[in-house]
Amino acid sequence: MGLCGPMYIYLPIAEVSVNVFILIGLGGLVGVLSGMFGVGGGFLMTPLLFFIGIPPAVAVATEANQIVASSFSGVLAHVKRRTVDFKMGGVLLIGGLIGAGIGVIIFNYLKGLGQVDLLVKLCYVLFLGIIGSLMFIESLRALGNAKRVGNSKPRHKRTWIHALPFKMRFRVSGLCISAIPPVLVGILVGILAAIMGVGGGFIMVPAMIYLLGMPTKVVVGTSLFQIIFVTAFTTMLHATTNYTVDMVLAVLLLVGGVIGAQFGTMIGAKLKAEQLRILLAIMVLVVCAKLAFDLIVEPSEIFNLSVARGH
Amino acid sequence: MRIFCTFFLIALFCFVRSALTQEIVLGLSKNEIGITAFFDGSEILVFGAIKATDELISNEPLGVAVTIASPLLPVMVRRKEKRFGIWVNVDAVEIDLAPNFYAVATTAAFSQVVDPVSDLRHSISMERMIRSVGAPMTVDDPDAFAEALIRIRQDQGLYKALPGAVTLQDNTLFSTSVTLPANLVEGAYTARIFLTQDGNVIAQKKTTIDVRKVGIERWLYNLAHQHPATYGLLSLAIAIFAGWSAAAVFRVIRA
Repeated sequence: MGLCGPMYIYLPIAEVSVNVFILIGLGGLVGVLSGMFGVGGGFLMTPLLFFIGIPPAVAVATEANQIVASSFSGVLAHVKRRTVDFKMGGVLLIGGLIGAGIGVIIFNYLKGLGQVDLLVKLCYVLFLGIIGSLMFIESLRALGNAKRVGNSKPRHKRTWIHALPFKMRFRVSGLCISAIPPVLVGILVGILAAIMGVGGGFIMVPAMIYLLGMPTKVVVGTSLFQIIFVTAFTTMLHATTNYTVDMVLAVLLLVGGVIGAQFGTMIGAKLKAEQLRILLAIMVLVVCAKLAFDLIVEPSEIFNLSVARGH
Repeated sequence: MRIFCTFFLIALFCFVRSALTQEIVLGLSKNEIGITAFFDGSEILVFGAIKATDELISNEPLGVAVTIASPLLPVMVRRKEKRFGIWVNVDAVEIDLAPNFYAVATTAAFSQVVDPVSDLRHSISMERMIRSVGAPMTVDDPDAFAEALIRIRQDQGLYKALPGAVTLQDNTLFSTSVTLPANLVEGAYTARIFLTQDGNVIAQKKTTIDVRKVGIERWLYNLAHQHPATYGLLSLAIAIFAGWSAAAVFRVIRA
């Protein structure tokens, strides 16, 4: 006790006492990644919060609130550098809000079946595994090409995407494509975001690069822009239905997070797009491997407790 | 019939007398614990005296057991099994009532202070404190689930067995201190003191300790539950402000 030892703070909603510096440190670490890669960092933070003993429901809801802060901080730097495609962000957002609504319905249905933890983890392993591998292979190839030829292959290939109706011009991205693929990407990301308790940037960023063909430069800022609104919507849903947003926890995480995001953006601006992508791919694969490992290896305690509801 | 009734009344009178011959006078270092923002756990001192209104019936030494329990709540205990190569929750048993926090301190080893019959009657040990009405038929070893609950909560420092932690002087004065962890839940905690002789409970006393959030903790908790929309918007406002101010500060630093 006292001021000399580690400083603990009691979280009013989570109802646990945690070390202040651990929370700020976690926030900072995830903030750096958020700024560097344009991912909300939720896919990393949510499991870390479980690990330090925050109840899962509180971790998921509070993390949504924290992502709002770090994404907002990050997007401001991108707005200044004019690397946000607001029009594309708006189209993605329409899909995102629809998707988040659907996601919450699916989540509550799975909760009723009593296997929601497992399904969330399997979702993580599946999506992180697929996206991490694809990005890793692609960026290795791009890195190799850049070295040998000094020139990357043309991005604007004509695919089925260009044959769809409702064409829109996205000037910042230099694209003229149908609004349907971005809305569908938004819906998919929104569903996964709500189920997995994340912002969804780690899915949206590759989808924007590989599916929509957006230039890497504007992908990060646009993704952050969309994430702000989807996570704000999720925060409100959790706050009003489950009362699981812990403001004290969120403030501590975002103190570290917003500062970290600024450093992350600075680091990100200095790295080449291919280097950024390969780093993000490695990180995604590491988290995926850890989650898969935990599912396969016999846990030290095969029993677990949860609050019983009903009666 | 009349003789029987008289005998019964005498027996009852004797029983009441013997139960009343020993009385516990109890004190607590605090009757309420406020959970503040920097709540770091709390230590509670339970002390008192045994007031003997009569001579002891036998010369067996006395024992004291002190328990502190949080409010009882139902808990779902799940067990994982390996299915299709991964560990999945398969069996579940609901423990109908279990405290989130439970400490039992005794003057000596628990079995020396309280015998199984008294334990059954008064629910003093952890095992007796946890109530499970019935496990589903599909579970083959329901006891393992209650044991797991105790094991997990002991590991978290929420369940404590403290044999020898109660000091008893001259069969009169007793005291013990119990450390309450930082991760307490709110509610009316129950402190019980049992005076035993030869394993039998001969006197008991019960009191409550109020554990509740105070100050900003209370305010935030109430706001979150009573005005959730306001709370949600406030959370978002703080997030946006924090994000904006960090960006502004860094713009100044870099400029």
